[in-house]
Amino acid sequence: MKQVFKRPESLVDVPTHFCPGCHHGTIHRLVAECLDHYGLRDKTIGVASVGCSVFMYDYFDVDVVEAPHGRAPAVATGVKRSKPDHFVMTYQGDGDLASIGAAEIIHAANRGEKLTVIFVNNTVYGMTGGQMAPTTMIGQETTTSPYGREEESAGPPIRIAEIMAGLGGTSFVGRGAVDTPKNLMKAKKMLKRAFEVQINNEGFGFMEFLSTCPTNWRMTAEKANERIADELIPYFPLGVFKGDK
Amino acid sequence: MYFDTIIAGFGGQGVMLIGNILAYAGIAEEKNVTYMPVYGVEMRGGTANCTIVVSDDEIGSPIIQNPVSAIIMNVPSLDKFAPRVKDDGFMIINSTLITEEDMKPFNSKTYAMVPSRDIAIESAGNEKLANMVVLGATIKKSGIVQLSSMEKALTAGLDKRYHHLIDANLKALQGGADFV
Amino acid sequence: MANKELVKGNEAIAMGAIEAGCKFYFGYPITPQNEIPEYMAKNLDNEGGTFVQAESEVASINMLLGAGSTGSRAMTSSSSPGISLKQEGISYMCGSQIPGVIVNMSRSGPGLGGISPSQGDYFQSTRGGGHGDYRTMVLAPASVQENYDLTMKAFDLSDEYRNPVLVLGDALLGQMKEPITRNKYKKKEYKQDWILDGAKGRERRRIKSLYLADGDLTDHNWMLFEKYESMKKDIMFETKYLEDSKMVIVAFGSVARILKSSIAMAREQGMKVGLFRPITLYPFPTEELSKVADSIKNFMSIELSTGQMIEDVKLSVGAQNTTVDFYGRPPGSIPSPDEFLEEIKTIYEKRIK
Repeated sequence: MKQVFKRPESLVDVPTHFCPGCHHGTIHRLVAECLDHYGLRDKTIGVASVGCSVFMYDYFDVDVVEAPHGRAPAVATGVKRSKPDHFVMTYQGDGDLASIGAAEIIHAANRGEKLTVIFVNNTVYGMTGGQMAPTTMIGQETTTSPYGREEESAGPPIRIAEIMAGLGGTSFVGRGAVDTPKNLMKAKKMLKRAFEVQINNEGFGFMEFLSTCPTNWRMTAEKANERIADELIPYFPLGVFKGDK
Repeated sequence: MYFDTIIAGFGGQGVMLIGNILAYAGIAEEKNVTYMPVYGVEMRGGTANCTIVVSDDEIGSPIIQNPVSAIIMNVPSLDKFAPRVKDDGFMIINSTLITEEDMKPFNSKTYAMVPSRDIAIESAGNEKLANMVVLGATIKKSGIVQLSSMEKALTAGLDKRYHHLIDANLKALQGGADFV
Repeated sequence: MANKELVKGNEAIAMGAIEAGCKFYFGYPITPQNEIPEYMAKNLDNEGGTFVQAESEVASINMLLGAGSTGSRAMTSSSSPGISLKQEGISYMCGSQIPGVIVNMSRSGPGLGGISPSQGDYFQSTRGGGHGDYRTMVLAPASVQENYDLTMKAFDLSDEYRNPVLVLGDALLGQMKEPITRNKYKKKEYKQDWILDGAKGRERRRIKSLYLADGDLTDHNWMLFEKYESMKKDIMFETKYLEDSKMVIVAFGSVARILKSSIAMAREQGMKVGLFRPITLYPFPTEELSKVADSIKNFMSIELSTGQMIEDVKLSVGAQNTTVDFYGRPPGSIPSPDEFLEEIKTIYEKRIK
């Protein structure tokens, strides 16, 4: 009998700490499938960020170094300059990348570092308990925007993929979601391109994923999944922003 | 043997260069040397100075409050550094820009008025070598290094682009030494 | 002559780094250390290395963390305000046991302060500087030759202990020129069984500082403590005139340098004064200084600050019926040997009847 579904080799066989309905697990799987697909498991150096994403070093069966909050693109720059023949990726959430690490991501991208950055945008600080993030939607209630995010005082949610696409150093920029099988397949295709630009030495690959956070959104897994299409995609449009083949 | 000097003037008078050349002369004679430039905000306003120490023994401070000697290239430097020169020290004064009138407040000090520009033209045919003239005078006065070491010093201290000028530099150094 | 070059202090640091096999430099401009990145930018590529001008001090220390995690010899340099920004990364490097050389050609603070020499970063350098219970080894050169030699040594110590090593100079040591001999680096081999180079034919490796399981972080901290203790075998210091001295001046870096002149002047005037110069500020030569206090009872700490190293001096000799006096000179200008001589004279006359 032919096996049609199995755990990617680049994923360690352990239960994750992610909450039910969280998309991190699915996104991890897509990343691991790409690592397998391109035969990168034993030549990858991952850079872990701070937040729920930090535990990538428990889940990916690759070498990983942990970066301070927001600094993963700088750490990855040091790694890649030192090991230019290796595949170097960061995996960062929205608080990490879009807030405290805004300078590091902009400049690593603009230098055209040969990196692949996976950006998971769930519109909230997950690990610390649901505070407002730079990507939090207008009106969204969080523990630090208890009356809903107000544009007047907090500004609008920041669209990172669009900023990345505007930088001269990026080779591929895409935004995807994994809320439906159709979106997932599209997202995987884009993720592959974000891998390929590094593998082919073209430049900086950036892939944003819209993700749920049912716990901090205070929603059921199902409702959280629906919110992706109802609220997030209209503001954070999916697709390739730069570097389509 | 121990010697120290502060060399001070406008930027562009070659003050830092002769400091370096003096240091290289010390190295050529296997002495210990330190060269301390002013830097950063102190350099704004176009004045420049450096302190050079040459010694047979280990050098402690590269900063000297009361130097044994000074090479003074302009009036602002005279006012700033002349009061600091030791009473039994000496100054080489660039009389191209500094008059006897300017020297009146410092009459108690020992100094030599050196018309550096004129000597540079007479001895080396190049007025830009006025800095070498005052350095030559200082070397003669102090005896800290030999003039015969200066070719080595210039070879080591001058950018290769200027090596064709080493002979002229040596003539200017000699011109300054002969004057005092 | 052939083997002596007149070199600026900052350049000697860069030369020493390249001679020691430093392949990566990450930095950000700040006075008075700019000759280091400038030298690296000009020369590192020719040596098969890479220079990156980072977007910030924060980014440059993290680039160092990244390069260090792959086992490459790498360096960053800055001056006091920039070193403050690097503290986050230094803490992570210590926690994750990642080697790297950090140079602080310090200037004066607090805040933007000024660009004159200062020793106000002694606490920051020797007490960790960032968050958490950690230490970096600290080397304090006092000449341009030492800038060169100790930078080379910093790479070895950093690899040996898998810990960042700080070279603490100041504006004076960075800007002055002295003749140096370019001593050849003798290559040593260090274990690289921890570096990240892809999990090929081996288990994956994880370099991290996060320990959440009950008790793990306690063990981790004790392990690091043992490591810091073991650094004591590499303690370095210099002494002068201790054989007949009645009073010992303790000073480091540029101040010790200036004091060599002051002490020589004091001895000419008949004062029996000696010098104890710690070269490793962490670990501090506590036992060595304590031995000095067996026979000499009067100490004086002289610093370009309002008093930081004096705490370590007191911890070293305080229990031995000694006096520890202090002359502190906050930064702003460079003190002269004469200024120090006056202070030494005052204390000497007070203590030595």
